[in-house]
Amino acid sequence: MVLKWLSFRQLPGADVPIKIQENDFDVSAEIANLRKGDPRVGAVVTFLGTVRDMNDGSQVKGMTLEHYPGMTEKALQEILDQAKARWDIYQTLVIHRVGPLMPEDQIVLVAVTSAHRGEAFTACEFIMDYLKTAAPFWKKEDTPDGTRWVDARVTDEAAMARWVKK
Amino acid sequence: MKLELRFFASLREALGVSQEGLTIPDSIKTIADLRNYLTQRGNPWSEVLADGKVLRCALNQHMVDANTPLQDGAEVAFFPPVTGG
Repeated sequence: MVLKWLSFRQLPGADVPIKIQENDFDVSAEIANLRKGDPRVGAVVTFLGTVRDMNDGSQVKGMTLEHYPGMTEKALQEILDQAKARWDIYQTLVIHRVGPLMPEDQIVLVAVTSAHRGEAFTACEFIMDYLKTAAPFWKKEDTPDGTRWVDARVTDEAAMARWVKK
Repeated sequence: MKLELRFFASLREALGVSQEGLTIPDSIKTIADLRNYLTQRGNPWSEVLADGKVLRCALNQHMVDANTPLQDGAEVAFFPPVTGG
């Protein structure tokens, strides 16, 4: 087959995967896929967020995550574009689950690759801090006293403010 | 001017509306004007969108501040501060 000789290898880092999904994900498989075919990569930093069984002094039996389809993808894309402009990184990945979740479930994965660890560590933290305040997701918790919408934390705003260039 | 309104999370529940097409008078120029205009519908609008309530707003799916001018045909969303991650 002629096509075999024309197999285009995607430029590493050219695509910016953003996945909003109800299904769980496999962290190892996602990392393997992210850095596959890119021998420049010497560091992969990931952040994995999971569901706690306690929040604001109440037991959490489960939660439901709502988001704003369309805007969510745009907001995450902007965050990743900013990270790529500020740090010397290669691939980035954000997976965020929506819908019903239980304690211990995985909620969010951020992964960043780079040649050396420093840039990837910093960019990963930046992406997570921005996601917490700029990506349109909302958690509704199921507690023994009924359901409640989670309040935004002042500490999240403060974490994001650290990244604003003076 | 015609707008497509969207409401999310606790706002959507409190208002009982997730989406609504609306034609507004010419005097409504900004996001803040629109918010004030909607509060004039009485409860639950006056309470949910009251001045003291901390809300976020998006114009055509980009987060914007209250002084942002509206555009004809725009999608305008109101929601509480985000809590993902």
